Amino acid sequence: MSAKDELVIHTRGLTRYFGATPGVYELNLDVPRGGVFAFLGRNGSGKSTTIRMLLGLLEPTRGEAEILGCNIRRLTPEIRARIGYLTEEHQVYGWMSVRQCGEFQSQFYPRWNDKIFRGVIDHFSLKPDARAKNLSRGERAGLCLALTLAPDPELLILDDPTLGLDPVARRSLVESMIALTRRADRTIFFSTHQIDDLERVADYVAVLDKSVMRACCRLESFRENIRQVRVQFAGKPPELPTIPGLLQVMRNGTSLRLLCVRYNDDTEHLLRTLKPLEIETSPVNLSDCLVSYLGARGEKSFILSEMEAHS
Amino acid sequence: MPSSFNIEVSTGSSTPIYKQITDQVRMAVASGRLSVADQLPSVRALAEELVVNPNTVARAYADLAREGIIEARQGRGVFIIQKRKVFSRAEARRRLEPLMDALIGEAFALDFTPDELKDAVVNKLEQLQNEKKSAA
Repeated sequence: MSAKDELVIHTRGLTRYFGATPGVYELNLDVPRGGVFAFLGRNGSGKSTTIRMLLGLLEPTRGEAEILGCNIRRLTPEIRARIGYLTEEHQVYGWMSVRQCGEFQSQFYPRWNDKIFRGVIDHFSLKPDARAKNLSRGERAGLCLALTLAPDPELLILDDPTLGLDPVARRSLVESMIALTRRADRTIFFSTHQIDDLERVADYVAVLDKSVMRACCRLESFRENIRQVRVQFAGKPPELPTIPGLLQVMRNGTSLRLLCVRYNDDTEHLLRTLKPLEIETSPVNLSDCLVSYLGARGEKSFILSEMEAHS
Repeated sequence: MPSSFNIEVSTGSSTPIYKQITDQVRMAVASGRLSVADQLPSVRALAEELVVNPNTVARAYADLAREGIIEARQGRGVFIIQKRKVFSRAEARRRLEPLMDALIGEAFALDFTPDELKDAVVNKLEQLQNEKKSAA
């Protein structure tokens, strides 16, 4: 298999305008087969637009994309059957029972596995005879997940699956995602705002900001590349020169707290020219990493990229 | 895994999850709560117990194996082993140096005097020794 076959999602210059406004702009995204890939960004940053284009539900304005090696403009039913897609709305036919929802859905999928369906239903403690319309939001999410997982998809795409779920239902969903990684050739691509879910399950992360991708790498390298730097001065801190990769500055009396991407000897040298008493770096929690990265500064000069999976 | 030893991880920490796992295993070995031949859960089992990505646990185990603290035996499980000497004495000292700098720096920033810091280190070591004795 060539390296390209090992990509379950591959886009080049993928762009979609809504009127004069870009929803997704020049997206180059490579998702390797196997593992859990998280897709992050603020509301309206273009995540759902990307997902809908990938599934052939929305026509791109320009650019190319392949999913499971198939051009998204020519998706066949066979390819679609190998992709599981869970939307944030969790829509089901309310008049059907849980069991009937499964029976109905199974008609469309040759690879339907009822054991998986029953397993997920059970994991979410759903009664097979319960009417779908009487389920709570978390239970409905469990039902939809069961319907999505039972066809044993190669690629599972979840668009903000934990939105509005209570902590117990959310945990069940994360557990189901981890259970799915038992098969090394299965890939999960999910968008989320829950940083602790992300920290628990993701191997890779891509970050969209205002329609543009600003990071795409292993979750650990994203984290390791962002450092907190405390710079202590004798008196009032001086004005900072332009520091490459600077995300955020906080003043606290005579010290500055900086968050920097790719902090290195050059950055330290630059800070030393300000004659500080002390410079001290420390790691940052994932939530602060993301908030500072998506913060208002909006600089685009330090995109973290290089999918190490290919090297 | 001995019942007295439980790994716990938390999200939102500045310490990545894989490092929380390695830190806890190292500490448990140092205090004697884990001893040679004790078994750890498999990567898959620990991942499902902690609800984290199995690759995270695998990375933690790989680090511990590289340090000579654990060994994965094919088809049998993961065990604590007699710690091999991985580094020469000189190299070990070189690696200890930045850790001591960090400790001393933090302690001075918290206004500890050199004597207070010395006492704190001695007390901690004694405490570990005692835990080890009572575990044995």
